[in-house]
Amino acid sequence: MLKIRNLRAVIDGKEILRGINLDIKAGEIHAIMGPNGSGKSTLAAVLAGNEAFEVIEGSVEFNGKDLLDMSPEDRAREGLFLSFQYPVEIPGVSMTNFLRTALNEQKKYRGEEILSASDFLKLMRDRKKLVDMDSDLTNRSVNEGFSGGEKKKNEIFQMAMLNPGLAILDETDSGLDIDALRVVANGVNKLRRPDNATILITHYQRLLDYIVPDKVHVLFKGQIVKSAGKELAVELEKNGYDWIKQEMEA
Amino acid sequence: MASEQDKLLEEVTNREYQYGFHSDIEMDVLPKGLSEEVVAEISRRKGEPEFMLEYRLKAYRNWLKMKVPDWAHLKINEIDFQDIIYYAAPKKKPRLDSMDDVDPELRATFDKLGIPLDEQKILSGIAVDAIIDSVSVKTTFRETLAEKGIIFCSMSEAIKEHSDLVKKYLGSVVPPEDNYFAALNTAVFSDGSFVYIPKGVRCPMELSSYFRINTMNTGQFERTLIIAEEDSYVSYLEGCTAPMRDENQLHAAVVEIVALERAEVKYSTVQNWYPGDKEGKGGIYNFVTKRGLCKGDYSKISWTQVETGSAITWKYPSCVLMGNNSVGEFYSVALTNNFQQADTGTKMIHLGKNTRSLIVSKGISAGRSQNSYRGLVKVSKNADNARNFSQCDSMLLGDKCGAHTFPYLEINNNTAKVEHEATTSKIGEDQIFYCNQRGINTEDAVGLIVNGYVKEVINQLPMEFAVEAQKLLQISLEGSVG
Ligand SMILES: Nc1ncnc2c1ncn2[C@@H]1O[C@H](COP(=O)(O)OP(=O)(O)O)[C@@H](O)[C@H]1O
Ligand SMILES: [Mg+2]
Repeated sequence: MLKIRNLRAVIDGKEILRGINLDIKAGEIHAIMGPNGSGKSTLAAVLAGNEAFEVIEGSVEFNGKDLLDMSPEDRAREGLFLSFQYPVEIPGVSMTNFLRTALNEQKKYRGEEILSASDFLKLMRDRKKLVDMDSDLTNRSVNEGFSGGEKKKNEIFQMAMLNPGLAILDETDSGLDIDALRVVANGVNKLRRPDNATILITHYQRLLDYIVPDKVHVLFKGQIVKSAGKELAVELEKNGYDWIKQEMEA
Repeated sequence: MASEQDKLLEEVTNREYQYGFHSDIEMDVLPKGLSEEVVAEISRRKGEPEFMLEYRLKAYRNWLKMKVPDWAHLKINEIDFQDIIYYAAPKKKPRLDSMDDVDPELRATFDKLGIPLDEQKILSGIAVDAIIDSVSVKTTFRETLAEKGIIFCSMSEAIKEHSDLVKKYLGSVVPPEDNYFAALNTAVFSDGSFVYIPKGVRCPMELSSYFRINTMNTGQFERTLIIAEEDSYVSYLEGCTAPMRDENQLHAAVVEIVALERAEVKYSTVQNWYPGDKEGKGGIYNFVTKRGLCKGDYSKISWTQVETGSAITWKYPSCVLMGNNSVGEFYSVALTNNFQQADTGTKMIHLGKNTRSLIVSKGISAGRSQNSYRGLVKVSKNADNARNFSQCDSMLLGDKCGAHTFPYLEINNNTAKVEHEATTSKIGEDQIFYCNQRGINTEDAVGLIVNGYVKEVINQLPMEFAVEAQKLLQISLEGSVG
């Protein structure tokens, strides 16, 4: 589904991604861990098409297509979803209106029929239940005045609405209390299908108690320095990142 | 990060102005230029009573002694007042009794504008007064309104047929010597709408005027007077368009509103005069004086404006809160793009006790435009317990445009409570990217974000106009981002 080859990206002349290689197959969940500032969010942003970062080398294939060649909106329409580490507020724009526009645009792109207003509202109700979303939140403006936890839940709700092929969750677990964490994890698990995949960017092993990854990667200074099964997460939790640093610098 | 967006913003490829066609309608036109003779001729052609002629001439003589105001944050090319046509009317008789009397070309014009003149076709129940260049061509729904004693007609007619009301109220809110453009308007105004709502009557439908400048080199000087008697209510809407022309055309209107005890008047404007082209050539000079007098206790006047057109807008719809407990409101969206300039805002003059005013202003600047909010809140010595809240927000699209806020306070009573909040934001690339990431392209994202930003104001408009205004905002910004 996703093939990243030697991906290098810079911002302000600083190289942040320094040759990333990663393969993700349909049905898989991959966790990407790593210390602060190692480039996890940058990787997510580059995949989603944030033009603030410049790709200087490498390729990314998404379902057989050249991802880097597409506009950010086309990547989304092709089924790539990013749950933002810091979701932005859009005052005055209702969640309903926002999601309806987004869903319609995606459907139009794929040549699918657009949902009627009542079908759309039905879908909203259904997906809200799935992720345990307060129905009040969807009546408000996009993320406006939401607490940190509400914003994260709202990202998962949007994921449930848009039903992406590949979801990248950038620290969706940080700042959540244990109940909210469970809600988020539940959402991800329920939405899991054999034909979609998830990248979990996280700091903590905690989330991985609820969502079991097929692979765990460690990102360090813009490179994936270690990949293994879920036991790697446990090891990281126990020993921190220092041993990796030492290993790298040795 | 900024440079990416700036690059996007630079690609200003504005869609052509949609209403820029010109209609070939046979016109009765006075030669260019302004003099006492021209003023007299306008009055004569309109068959006005003597008192109007004198009123006009007095205003004209006053105007000659006045100077173009220069305090606004505007660059205005010098206006040659002798190069303007002051009277142009469709040749067919201006007084029309049925749709069959309307010149087919004129009907086609209004069809193109999407303005239904055909009473059967008016589904939304809006009474329309359509004014082309100088003359009111058709007022719909008159009979229905007449049953309730409501008068909705052209100003010319009102002068002849309701001269007592006109004599009593015309100039009572905006006196002829009020300002340069008001004086000019008083001297040469050719038509406009007149509304009278009798005591205790709630006007059952929206009343609406559409203004259109058609003839080349004509100025449009319309005059509107709305009188709401005790315990009455009316909601009035005004829309305007003009053909695309390389030269600037002058529009100098005056609107007066009088609200008596417990009366409420809502006045909404969707202003879409031709803004000029992408290089800043042509476009309407929109110099308008709008003022409402809350004369009676507990009266209320509410202005809502969505200003997207005109090369230059100079306009401050105001409320004089004379009655005790009276309320004034001003909701405004002013969007400028390319080389447009707007200096707009309001004046809230608190004279009565317990008077309240609310100001919500949303400016949006794109391209190389300049957008200023200018507002005065004045509390006089006797206005105990006056309250004002002002919210003035500016949004910038790009870094070649300007947004300015000029709030003035004159508080002469220490029981007054006045609050002012102002924000300036740049439309965030993070907001746009967030929308992009959900599958929404940049242009739609900007439309969505802008419409969210102005929602509080748009919500004040009647439903059908709210939808129109939203579309208009989106169209006016088309190409200004991405
Ligand atoms: N917009 C930016 N401008 C400059 N540097 C940035 C920007 N975004 C991220 N960086 C830098 O890139 C590095 C990686 O950041 P990030 O991808 O956010 O790390 P992580 O998500 O792993 O904590 C950091 O050193 C950070 O300072
Ligand atoms: Mg991060």
